[in-house]
Amino acid sequence: MLPLKEKDRPIVKKLLEAGCCARCVLRFCCLGVQSAYRQSYEDTARELCAFVSDKENNGSQDAAVLEQHKEDPPSKKMKMDAAETDVQSEGDSAVVATVMEEGDAEPADSDVCVVCLGVLQQFCDEISEVVKAKNYQFDTMVLSVSLPAQLSVREVSGYIFIVSQQNVFTRMAVVKALEKVSDEKFLKKFPCPPTRPASKCIAQDVQCLHVSIFVAGRYNKFSRTLPQTPWVIDGERRMESSVEELIAAPLLSSFRAEGFNFSSSGREDVDVRTLGNGRPFALELLNPHRAKFNKAEVRQLQETINQSSDKIRVRDLQIVSRDAMGHMKEGEEDKTKSYTALIWTQKAINKDDITFLEETKELKLAQKTPLRVLHRRPLAVRERVIHTMSTCFLDAHHFHLKLRTQAGTYIKEFVHGDFGRTKPNLCDLLKTETDILELDVESVDVDWPPSIPE
Amino acid sequence: MEDMEHNKAPSVIDRYYTRWYKTDIKGKDCEDQCVLQHSNRICVITLAESHPILQNGRSIKSINYQISAGCSRLHNRVSGKSKRGGQFLTEFAPLCRITCTDGVEYTIYSCIRGRLLEVNEDILERPELLLGKPSTEGYIAVILPKIEESKTVTNGLLSREEYESVVSKRTKSTQPEPQPEPQPEPEPC
Repeated sequence: MLPLKEKDRPIVKKLLEAGCCARCVLRFCCLGVQSAYRQSYEDTARELCAFVSDKENNGSQDAAVLEQHKEDPPSKKMKMDAAETDVQSEGDSAVVATVMEEGDAEPADSDVCVVCLGVLQQFCDEISEVVKAKNYQFDTMVLSVSLPAQLSVREVSGYIFIVSQQNVFTRMAVVKALEKVSDEKFLKKFPCPPTRPASKCIAQDVQCLHVSIFVAGRYNKFSRTLPQTPWVIDGERRMESSVEELIAAPLLSSFRAEGFNFSSSGREDVDVRTLGNGRPFALELLNPHRAKFNKAEVRQLQETINQSSDKIRVRDLQIVSRDAMGHMKEGEEDKTKSYTALIWTQKAINKDDITFLEETKELKLAQKTPLRVLHRRPLAVRERVIHTMSTCFLDAHHFHLKLRTQAGTYIKEFVHGDFGRTKPNLCDLLKTETDILELDVESVDVDWPPSIPE
Repeated sequence: MEDMEHNKAPSVIDRYYTRWYKTDIKGKDCEDQCVLQHSNRICVITLAESHPILQNGRSIKSINYQISAGCSRLHNRVSGKSKRGGQFLTEFAPLCRITCTDGVEYTIYSCIRGRLLEVNEDILERPELLLGKPSTEGYIAVILPKIEESKTVTNGLLSREEYESVVSKRTKSTQPEPQPEPQPEPEPC
């Protein structure tokens, strides 16, 4: 599937008619994704023809033009050829040749691309034959290609062709041109004063946008099966609901907003609870139709959120300014957090075996990026500090470990060691294999947003 | 009080990784490796518990990540989220060569296609990690398969059940102790 847009259609059509090969057409459409160029030449050509003829099948031309230019001022309309011929895609073979014949009186005796001279068409077949014939043994290879200079000329020619197809009468262009025109020249071409128009100017589209409203607060998460943001893979939702949706839903409807951006001072895993005063968050409500709420109404909103689900709880809900977001992200870097973890030990332990942890202060850790997030984070070693710890013995293989740590410390990895990539870890300290069975966030030590007495 | 091994609910590996195996790699008896595939597609390469290095109380003399004149896995560098620069490996790309104190040399292979993210440098200083904890702190390397290959990357590998049946078939056919090879073949890079 080629990620082409509506606005590309006229360009694709014109280029194909001019004798441009499928892959050069993609280049002129600024398609940067490699996989588009890896599919076979025939498939690419076929998809392009289908793309162009698709337009003829989609309703009226005018509708299509308006839809694609919602954001552009009307003067940026693509100039459409009055006499367009239908481009049929006739089966798999000789697709490019078919398009060529439909165009102007261009000689259709070869389907060599007018821009790349065939380099991006079936070039590689010849080359691979030569490589095979030379019979080297190798595992990898590098292919370098020196292109003839005329390719650069042809590319510019193609580019100028495309640009000339578009409407040059943009507002900027007109203003600039007018600056260069002298008064006499202007008078020659245009009546002064201007003529009376037949009809008035009509607004094609009127859009309204209210500034965003920011709502902040702190949230608790009591469920171990609730993600912070929606968990969707391949279009399928993997877990029901999310913290942000539960908080946003009542707000979206009360503020009559069209959308939201949720952000928080750090976040916790799906299986981790957030207790204590909760985690600071801020919600940007986009294009709210209602913006004024007094304190009592905000308190009511908070109640509504809290009644809607027992998985989360919100406190200190308040409307704040845009600077809010900044305060919150500050907290993420420098403030401390405290946790309680339920630890399992392989070796049997007694109370005395763990008391030394209480004396351990400012423990410096070197944490390599945990394997569980390494697919989306850069590989690095992060130094983090565990400020204090305390323990609560449960039985020979379990105890509660409370920790106060620097922001950004991976607790789970400190406990099980992550293949020894977090050092030191609890296994090292206790000299036994340890694992973390449960984790709770007890506090996020950021003193923002200001607390609202209930 | 006895220090008994305490079995509990699934371990970190059980919870987040799937175990895959390659046995008798390159036709060599019992040279088995394990690929721990995380649910996020990252793979950790380790020795399987049946590998000769882990049998009969052997000791390791040296571990060498320099697999050819021009290529050392220690020089592997990745940068950024997309891990640019990491050496791209195919299934039989050597990761390291391990020589035991009895003189036998073993080559450890990638087993999967992907970008090398890191090799375990701790085992260079503390080879006992490889012997004592081959599935955790004694891991060999971490590899990131291409995202479009994340489902097919384990196609040539055995599941845990298949591996166990291969191993049990071996002990049934009175297998002699793995003989030290007189001359290990030089492996291309």
